[in-house]
Amino acid sequence: MTATTTQSIKPDFQGQRKHFIFTDEHEQLRESIRRFVIKELQPHSEEWEEQTFPDWVFRRMGELGFLGLDKPEQYGGQGGDYYTSLVLAEEIVHAQCGGLAMGLAVHTDMAMPPILKFGTEEQKQEWVVPAIKGEKILCLGITEPDAGSDVAGIKTRAVADGDEYVINGSKTFITNGHRADAIVLVTKTDPDAGYDGFTLFLVPMDAPGVIREKKLEKLGMHASDTALLAFQDVRVPSTAVLGDVGKGFYQIMWELQGERLIGAAGCVAGAQAAFDRTLQYAQERSAFGRQIGHFQVIRHKFAEMATKIETARQMVYTTAWRFQNGQYPVREISMAKLYAARIAVEVADECIQIHGGNGYMKEYGIERVWRDMRLNRIGAGTDEIMLEVIGRSYGL
Amino acid sequence: MAPIPPFTAEHEELRGSIRRFVEDELYPQATEWEEARWFPNDVFTRMAELGYLGLKFPPEYGGGGDVVADAVLSEELARCGSGGLAAGIGAHIGIALPPIWKFGTEEQKQRYLVPGLRGEKIAALAITEPDAGSDVASVRTRAERVDGGFVVNGAKMFITGGVRADALVTAVKTTAEGGHQGLSFLIIDRGPGVESSALEKLGWHASDTAAISFDDVFVPAENLLGEENQGFYLIMANFQWERLLMALGAVGGMQVAFERALQRGGNGQATRHRLAEIATTIEGGRDVTYHALRRYLAGADAVPEVTIAKLATQRAAFEVMDALISLYGDEPELARAARDARLGPIGGGTDEIMKEILGRSLGL
Repeated sequence: MTATTTQSIKPDFQGQRKHFIFTDEHEQLRESIRRFVIKELQPHSEEWEEQTFPDWVFRRMGELGFLGLDKPEQYGGQGGDYYTSLVLAEEIVHAQCGGLAMGLAVHTDMAMPPILKFGTEEQKQEWVVPAIKGEKILCLGITEPDAGSDVAGIKTRAVADGDEYVINGSKTFITNGHRADAIVLVTKTDPDAGYDGFTLFLVPMDAPGVIREKKLEKLGMHASDTALLAFQDVRVPSTAVLGDVGKGFYQIMWELQGERLIGAAGCVAGAQAAFDRTLQYAQERSAFGRQIGHFQVIRHKFAEMATKIETARQMVYTTAWRFQNGQYPVREISMAKLYAARIAVEVADECIQIHGGNGYMKEYGIERVWRDMRLNRIGAGTDEIMLEVIGRSYGL
Repeated sequence: MAPIPPFTAEHEELRGSIRRFVEDELYPQATEWEEARWFPNDVFTRMAELGYLGLKFPPEYGGGGDVVADAVLSEELARCGSGGLAAGIGAHIGIALPPIWKFGTEEQKQRYLVPGLRGEKIAALAITEPDAGSDVASVRTRAERVDGGFVVNGAKMFITGGVRADALVTAVKTTAEGGHQGLSFLIIDRGPGVESSALEKLGWHASDTAAISFDDVFVPAENLLGEENQGFYLIMANFQWERLLMALGAVGGMQVAFERALQRGGNGQATRHRLAEIATTIEGGRDVTYHALRRYLAGADAVPEVTIAKLATQRAAFEVMDALISLYGDEPELARAARDARLGPIGGGTDEIMKEILGRSLGL
């Protein structure tokens, strides 16, 4: 390796900075998703913040093949690698609608993976095939009014009755809960069996006894529909069991890993988008006779934010690389999720600060980023649960 | 488990060997060397013997020809228990010899690089001055053209390895104005008019960090390194590597401190979370540093990535050591690690300079 003097000092900040996990095909996919998102989704974001986003988004994205990017071709997916799923999570932020991104992620990266991994061929045909087309919408039911971080504390019961199970209980904070056609439901089948007493079910949401209670009002993620659900004597055949009876806890812990990693990717992309908009603002807004971005303290704020975002991005990409290469990197996923969620909130907050009063106003859309991002330190496992997982992974 | 790119299985094997060397031959001596404010030159010859001194340099000069292997070394050297020792080695092979390799004439390489990689001639890089730190362009040490060479007058400050160095790769002003277009590099042999004195420091005790003065030092023309008045570019050229080394060293230092903390363990949720926070900080630092390393190796401009890696890891390393002191008390090894880590946000470009570079890269 030899260097000439000119080569070494001409920084090319605009150069192609593609990460090693991505190929040209990923970049083409990125382009086409971004074009679609900006053209067909982003113009509606204000309206959807008021009313939640419409179901046609699923159908349209199914039509374009975006709901099954990393899913097997035999079920209508594109058969891509895990990185294609990252690309979608990153590009969907250009809709400027956190609730939309979350609703889609629940469908593609939370509800579908356990069906594909643990489901029977019939279950895959019945639910995954139409879900990839966007004709059926899925949700996932773990949390209950009295059991959040403590997943093992759930009370929803499924009791065998001949060839059927009878389900009773309630689930809360269920994204897509009002629109979904089916739910991947975590239940307790044997209250005395500890962690071996849980079972997953795939329950049609039109089954008698499934009650969609109120739409929950939230700090952010306004475009998503978030439900409180009740299950009253819901009868399902034993073919509705997803995976193995008694293995539900382990299966859902597996599911959470993918959910956390894709959530972390969304945090990085969300933070980057807020950063980009704020950078533009700082170059347009003047105070005391110059662009605010040219004040040194503002410049340093951007440098600090860029450093946090880049660190989170590399954690996500490196972990995705491990995931794609057959590792099951629970520790690194937890770290990436913890760090990305935190910095997304910090960056959003700093972006509000740089915007000043305008940042506090709805019109500029930055306060919305903060509201939407705030969920990430709670959902899919709180910061504190991540720290527990990481700490225990070292035997502490 | 496959190693993370750019490392290969061979690099991981090398890592194991270096780690054994560091743990068997350096770590046990660290306290003694810290107290002596000096480590013996045998360290260089021993490392040369093992092939560790020239890992990244071309084989024709006695090196190993693999930059990634040198990155492994930087990470592993951090396990020696003495920031000053790691810095003393890094000053020679990481920052003083690279400019000779990249910009030197064949004759200069034979005279300095070859014996340098054998550990027989030690080099130091002399840029900083009492009145020129972050603002590199304000170097005042003057080299006046005379018949057959230059006469140098001035002073350098905080020069790692500067007491022992046989050759000082020195930034000098070769025009009256100096500045970006008026700096050059001279390789100054120790000799009449060159005085070095060791500085007392917060940390890095085993390093012979020097204040150096040049009093009418004659330097032959053939010791001009690179082109005259292009010295500023030469400084910039190795900054990326120096900062990468610092990031790698911080990652290695945090990692070993964390591993030792794990051996002591602790009770309670707060301790568990504190250690989990530290582990997350290390993982983030490692991922961002390896990314910068990959960019650097690809031969592309890596300024933003390297700058970010340096900024993300240096303050973090100090904070990690500080947190570990809170958990385990200021036992000598941790206290030393904290003192040593405190230089990170200053040396190789301060955190504030990193923020300036990044901010300006964004057009601000």
